[in-house]
Amino acid sequence: MPANSFNGFTDYGIGIGLRAPHYDHILTRKPVVDWFEIISENFMIDGGRPLRILDQILEQYKVVQHGVSMYFGSAERADREHLRRLKELVKRTRTPWLSDHLCWGSVDGRYTHDLLPMPYTFEAASITAQKIREVRDYLEVPIAVENVSSYAEFHVSEMTEWEFLTEVVERADCGILLDVNNIYVSSQNHNFNPHTYLAGIPAERVAQIHIAGHSQYRKYVLDTHDHPVIEPVWKLYADAIHRAGRTATLLEWDDRIPSFGEVHAEALKANRALAFESLAVAV
Amino acid sequence: MTLLNLQRRMARAVMAPLSPTERMRTVAANGRSMRAIAASFIKPNDGLDSFERLEIYNRQYWFRILSGFAEDFPGLRAVLGERRFDALAKAYLTACPSRSFTLRNLGSRLEVWLRKHPSWAGTRRDLAMDMVRLEWADIEAFDGKAEPAIQPEDLRSVDVSKLRLRLQPHIRLLALRYPVDDLLLEAREDGDSEAASNAFSEARKRKRAIVAARLTPSPIFLVVHRLDLSVYFRRLECEEFLLLTALQDGRSIGRAIENAFRESSVPAAERASHVHRWFQTWTAFGWFCRPWQ
Repeated sequence: MPANSFNGFTDYGIGIGLRAPHYDHILTRKPVVDWFEIISENFMIDGGRPLRILDQILEQYKVVQHGVSMYFGSAERADREHLRRLKELVKRTRTPWLSDHLCWGSVDGRYTHDLLPMPYTFEAASITAQKIREVRDYLEVPIAVENVSSYAEFHVSEMTEWEFLTEVVERADCGILLDVNNIYVSSQNHNFNPHTYLAGIPAERVAQIHIAGHSQYRKYVLDTHDHPVIEPVWKLYADAIHRAGRTATLLEWDDRIPSFGEVHAEALKANRALAFESLAVAV
Repeated sequence: MTLLNLQRRMARAVMAPLSPTERMRTVAANGRSMRAIAASFIKPNDGLDSFERLEIYNRQYWFRILSGFAEDFPGLRAVLGERRFDALAKAYLTACPSRSFTLRNLGSRLEVWLRKHPSWAGTRRDLAMDMVRLEWADIEAFDGKAEPAIQPEDLRSVDVSKLRLRLQPHIRLLALRYPVDDLLLEAREDGDSEAASNAFSEARKRKRAIVAARLTPSPIFLVVHRLDLSVYFRRLECEEFLLLTALQDGRSIGRAIENAFRESSVPAAERASHVHRWFQTWTAFGWFCRPWQ
């Protein structure tokens, strides 16, 4: 049974990001994994090894697409070639939903390849929501937008980040990919209570959750995806599950990637919160 | 400030070149203070001022794209050496920022840019240009489209001399002044060995730089193609290269053969056997697509 109207996939359980260093292990050992998340842009190509590997993965596993360069928040219109290639990939993977970030990264046709923070204004919310709708209509697949880690805030902002996220998803009528590590990182960088953030968003729109590790620097925290998940982030995760119900969860590990076994074991720690929630619901 | 204006202002700052010490420059290209620019749209907090917050993004941008560029062009790095390669990468990426949603296309304009600005390649311009062409061809061959290969039954009812064969879209043909194929393969081995031992890798890199510096011109004809999902470089005879190039340009087989042997020293009596052998090899590699129905 769906946890909410934007999450019809409560049975997806715990997935991990599909990364090149693990290809051989996955294809030869065929480990039991609930699902894999792929970075869409790595497979929006015409042919060759990446697509062959993806097809082999698709034969055995459920796959969900996650993008890094749709830039819903960029003021310019979506790139048509990007959309065309993305739609081809959506047909190939039959992804049940598709996620990308609530951020911007390109302007005047030039790409930064970064997830740059949004100014939290009503104008930005309107432009972003319109773009999400256009992309969803073109791709014909449900969209979930992910909150990003940020290191800067703007003078022009008219609301908090969680108010902005709510404003966008309500206007676009889309789901949320809730990254609890990103909430933690931003809370440290901008000095807010991460549980206030969780309480401020529409839990009924949470379609998926990301967990990850990060790096602590002297004056700020950087979202590096190169460490295990720390305890405060697990606590946030438990809080998120308590509010949103059982939700498809994914561990991201993108740099200094350890063995498949280590990554999978780290991801499966999420079961503690999921089991506790199931017990709470049963009682 | 509108969303578009804010994004333009921030993008200009984020994509501005770093200082020699890899920090954000204190003066913008237009002469304005970067501290004033940052303060005009970014809030400070208790730990970081506006400039420092913006600098995080400025540095991340350059570290990301320089790292992606270096991964794509290890051969060019071997030709130029670390310092000159680094300078070229920064100049190129400043002049030609990414216009694609994917980092895969970061080097797509390098050949054209380097042709216009050859001084960035120092004294080994032709060698550097050859290597750039080969490395970009390698990227395109890796994930280019492959169509079903032609089969004998596709040719049963056609006049072969008038047939226009199509080469696989992933195939790239290169006429090069230097034998950069061997150098690139060796440069990649150096990259692979980095993980094993840094000291060993540094010694190999120094040796490779000497090899690159001593490389003399020796023209080669090369096809960059994909077989069983791996990219290969195969050297071709001159006439073989000309024939394939003519076919790739859409000429009929008859015209392509004429073109290939126009200035050839291969005796006329031997040409048919050459052509026969080449076609056997090419079809075995699946280089021709099935004709469109």
